[in-house]
Amino acid sequence: MAEQKQVIFKIKRQPNPTVRPYWEEFELPWHSGMNVISSLMEIAANPVTRDGKATTPITYDSNCLEEVCGSCAMLINGRARMACSALVDQLEQPVRLEPFSKFPVVRDLAVDRSVLFENLKAVKAWVPIDGSYDLGSGPRMTMQEQEEAYPLSRCISCCCCMEACPQFNDDTGFVGAATISQVRLFNTHPTGAALKRERLVALMGDGGIQECGYAQNCVEVCPKDIPLTRSIAEVGGEVMKQAIGDLFRK
Amino acid sequence: MASNPKIIVIGGGLAGLSAVIKIAEMGGHVDLFSIVPVKRSHSVCAQGGINAAKNLKGEGDSTWQHFDDTVYGGDFLANQPPVKAMCEAAPGIIDLLDRMGVPFNRTPEGLLDFRRFGGTLFNRTAFAGATTGQQLLYALDEQVRRYESEGKVRKFEHWEFLSAVLDSNRVCRGICAMDLRSMEVRTFPADAIIIATGGNGAIFGRSTNSVVCTGSAQSALYQQGCFYANGEFIQVHPTCIPGEDKLRLMSESARGEGGRVWVPRTPGDKREPKAIPEKERWYFLEEWYPKYGNLVPRDIATRAIHKVVYEENLGIDGKPMVYLDLTHIDRKILDRKLEGILEIYEKFVGDDPRDTPMRIFPGVHYTMGGLWVDFTQATNIPGIYAAGECEYQYHGANRLGANSLVSCIYGGFVAGPTAVQYARNLKTASANGHFDAERKRQEENNATLMKSDGTENPFKLWRELGDLMTKNVTVIRYNKNLQETDAVLCRLLERFRHINLSDRTQWANTSVIFARQLYNMLQLARVITQGAGLRDESRGAHYKPDFPERDDKNWLKTTKATFAPDADEPKFEFEPVDVSLIPPRPRRYDAVK
Repeated sequence: MAEQKQVIFKIKRQPNPTVRPYWEEFELPWHSGMNVISSLMEIAANPVTRDGKATTPITYDSNCLEEVCGSCAMLINGRARMACSALVDQLEQPVRLEPFSKFPVVRDLAVDRSVLFENLKAVKAWVPIDGSYDLGSGPRMTMQEQEEAYPLSRCISCCCCMEACPQFNDDTGFVGAATISQVRLFNTHPTGAALKRERLVALMGDGGIQECGYAQNCVEVCPKDIPLTRSIAEVGGEVMKQAIGDLFRK
Repeated sequence: MASNPKIIVIGGGLAGLSAVIKIAEMGGHVDLFSIVPVKRSHSVCAQGGINAAKNLKGEGDSTWQHFDDTVYGGDFLANQPPVKAMCEAAPGIIDLLDRMGVPFNRTPEGLLDFRRFGGTLFNRTAFAGATTGQQLLYALDEQVRRYESEGKVRKFEHWEFLSAVLDSNRVCRGICAMDLRSMEVRTFPADAIIIATGGNGAIFGRSTNSVVCTGSAQSALYQQGCFYANGEFIQVHPTCIPGEDKLRLMSESARGEGGRVWVPRTPGDKREPKAIPEKERWYFLEEWYPKYGNLVPRDIATRAIHKVVYEENLGIDGKPMVYLDLTHIDRKILDRKLEGILEIYEKFVGDDPRDTPMRIFPGVHYTMGGLWVDFTQATNIPGIYAAGECEYQYHGANRLGANSLVSCIYGGFVAGPTAVQYARNLKTASANGHFDAERKRQEENNATLMKSDGTENPFKLWRELGDLMTKNVTVIRYNKNLQETDAVLCRLLERFRHINLSDRTQWANTSVIFARQLYNMLQLARVITQGAGLRDESRGAHYKPDFPERDDKNWLKTTKATFAPDADEPKFEFEPVDVSLIPPRPRRYDAVK
């Protein structure tokens, strides 16, 4: 009789931010179509390690499970990616799961990524409309303009680009690719452009766009294939122009 | 009362954020509670588009047509005046979203493009690729972030609503919520609260819904005295990708852009789909519904697929699956209009739907029923409002595709201002001991769960619940099975008392959180099941082979469930439907309506 195929997971556990992390191993029966999230659900229903020790279910962030909400980002075999779309059949075993290394751990695989939302506030990543009452239609836009904007607008705030970036760390305070790409999105919108200067100024100086070291890891790991390096190049040029212009106006 | 009232909004999807924007604009202060960061709410999953009769395609569309399609599609169960108001507001909502920067697809002239969706003959659906919900949510999220940076909105993300705080007159004075990290239980005062917590797909185990869509908040409020209306109306979407952890939606827009549903005419045909010649394929929707074809409403398409698979035994390779075929459409058009969903299929199945037909099957998708509200989005408890999928108001017995986004935003736009208005006239409570009492009640609930040392694992109980509900309370319903299901639900509730949490720590403990949700799911499952049992007719998504016709004489009524605490079960009453604008007529899609 053929032996039931097994899948081995090595998962980094950390019950809370104040204690040291440790590893646990789990062995699950293989099913076709299983992914990292369905495996974590399996463990929750039977929280026993590979050596038979009772343990707790794994804490992790997740929501939509179709790679559009941005919740379930983690390191899978060392790579920053979304757990829902990580199909077990395409992963090397044992499958290693770790929390992102550059964000504060909440518990196990869940980390605090609120820094991105704070960054979005700092660069005023919105279109400054007058109000939500009926003011007629929006600005006309060509198909080409829409096709440029839409891919940028698909950023799911997963923070994979920040985790993978060598410059994103406490020393530089680098804002990261996702925020820069949002600046490009809003600066190219006809109404959004009203705040263009403020956004560019927010990206000047320490932690700003100049920290980028062109490693290109961001575009490599982005699950939505957003042209992040192009955004950085374009916004970088604009920031430079703005800085020089500001200098002469002083 | 202060002219700048404090409103609590629970849920940061389209409905919740819409309400927040209106309240902030009126000068109110908002505390916004959400289990997940609001940008990760389930609204991101909406794919195909948002309906509004802008009539930009020279078809003679009108808001009245939209209204008629919606009421007809909902099999006349929705009260008509609010549906009419929503359809009239829809074009203005699209304009607003456009001004907020939603990258809607454009026509060559630079105007908004529209496509066709189910249950209508008009191109009425505006769209941003095939991730429209995501784009709409982001636009509202950005506006709310703007208000947040101005100090008008405070966010409580990673907090879960547990219950409303009611004073001795049963007026809502705030909420009790739990910090999902520190596990702290706290109360928060407010002049009014708005519930915008989405659908309850998790009651059916795997569905197209996100993990947070448990219906737990609605159930908690139902157990506190809110009416729950039309619970038995659950939409099963015809085209989903079956999966281990969830059923992933394959948007109706795939058919809106020309996708065709078919099966091989020969049972168990082993050939690759592309090798099967045209005349050996059965395009059963096109044959049965020549006028609407693949774009019949979802309940009709779902039942047709069930019939083909289970009665005709024509599922692909003998399995419960049919083809959804886009391979005849130009790749460039597919990429421009549907990329987001094609990418989902590619990533999760591994095949490219531009080259090979997709294999799909129906899955639980949308909760038509929900908290009972009046035409101002007020529940029956003063100070509690509801908007979005968690309430019952706009879709009757079946929701039309691309109507959910508009109903969420419109509902939020109504709920926000009415809550502010109510709050401005509210008299101060005479005492506030009810805050402490409610907090203690919820802390005791947690303590009981932590102490319980039975043998039942909550995640396993949930699987049983999901299998039970999917089998007996979805597409085809029999009274005998519904009665048995309710009896099993009682046993599951009993077993819940013998739960054993494998995690008893006090930090980010997902087991406690999930167990609480599970209890609420079980209570709400009984409302759904018993409501289905009582309704002896077939209407929209509710289908009983033993009562195959719609019965307006006896059942043109809204089901209202109330919780009877002593009996620990639902009680039912029925309310006539307001059909003052469009007289009910038979609903059929094999001919022009």
